[in-house]
Amino acid sequence: MGKVHVDGRDAGGVTLYALSTCMWCKKTKDLLSNLGVGYDYVYVDLTSGAERAELIDELRRFNPDLTFPTLVANGRVIVGYREKEIKSALGVS
Amino acid sequence: MVSDEDVEQLYQRLKEDAESAGYHLNPDRSFVMGIVRGLLTNYERFGYMACPCRLPSGVREEDLDIICPCDYRDQDLTEFGACYCALYVSERIARGEDELSPVPERRGSRPGPAPESQVVDLTRLSKPVWRCRVCGYLCARDGPPEVCPICKASRERFERFM
Repeated sequence: MGKVHVDGRDAGGVTLYALSTCMWCKKTKDLLSNLGVGYDYVYVDLTSGAERAELIDELRRFNPDLTFPTLVANGRVIVGYREKEIKSALGVS
Repeated sequence: MVSDEDVEQLYQRLKEDAESAGYHLNPDRSFVMGIVRGLLTNYERFGYMACPCRLPSGVREEDLDIICPCDYRDQDLTEFGACYCALYVSERIARGEDELSPVPERRGSRPGPAPESQVVDLTRLSKPVWRCRVCGYLCARDGPPEVCPICKASRERFERFM
C-alpha cells in the first residue's frame, strides 16, 4: 500500500507519514479531514521491501529521527500531533 | 484481525496491572482502546507487543526496548507526564489536573552522564543484583525472575546491576 490521496480543499502539498497502529497519527489524520484539506498519507508500517526503503529515505530528509506522525505541509515539517502548528502550516486558525 | 473482545480483555488486564503497581492508564478510554488495538495488531504481526507509535524492525532482539511497557516509559512519565504513546500517564494527568502534550522520542538519544559510581565491594554480596530496565525494580537472586513483579516485563528485559 503506497500513498493514498484524500480529496479536499487545496492547501498546497500536504503529506502525512503515519503508522496504521498509532493513535497520534490517527488524531492527525482526523484533524486534516475535519479541516477539509486535501492530503496524501502513507502507513509506513504496512509497506515492505523496496517501497519501505524508499519511503524511509524520503522521510529521513524531513525528519532524521524517523518518528510518526510526520506531516510535511508546504515545506514545513511538523513532528507529532501539534494542532496549532498544523493549522498554522495549513493557513487555518 | 483483532477482535473487540480481545481489546477489552487486554485493556482490563493492563488497567489492573497498572493500578496495582502505582501506574495510571490514560483516562481517555477510546484513545486507550486504539492503543491497545495497536498493541494486539503488533502482537499478531511480530509475536510481541511493540509500541504502536513506533516502527518496529520485526526482529525481537532489536525491538526489546520498545516492547510495551518500553524502557523509556518511567523517564517520560517523570519528565513529560506521559509515555511516548500516552498509554500511561502521570497521576496529575490521570486526574485531569495537567494537560497531555506531545512526548519527544527518547529512543536513540544519547544517555546522560553516568552517575558517579560508588565503590562497591562486590565480593561482599551474597547474590548478584538484577535490575528491570523498564521500571528499575531490583532483586538479589541467582538470576532474574521470569516476569518483573512490578511492571510485568519479561526476564530478558533485566540487566545485571551489581
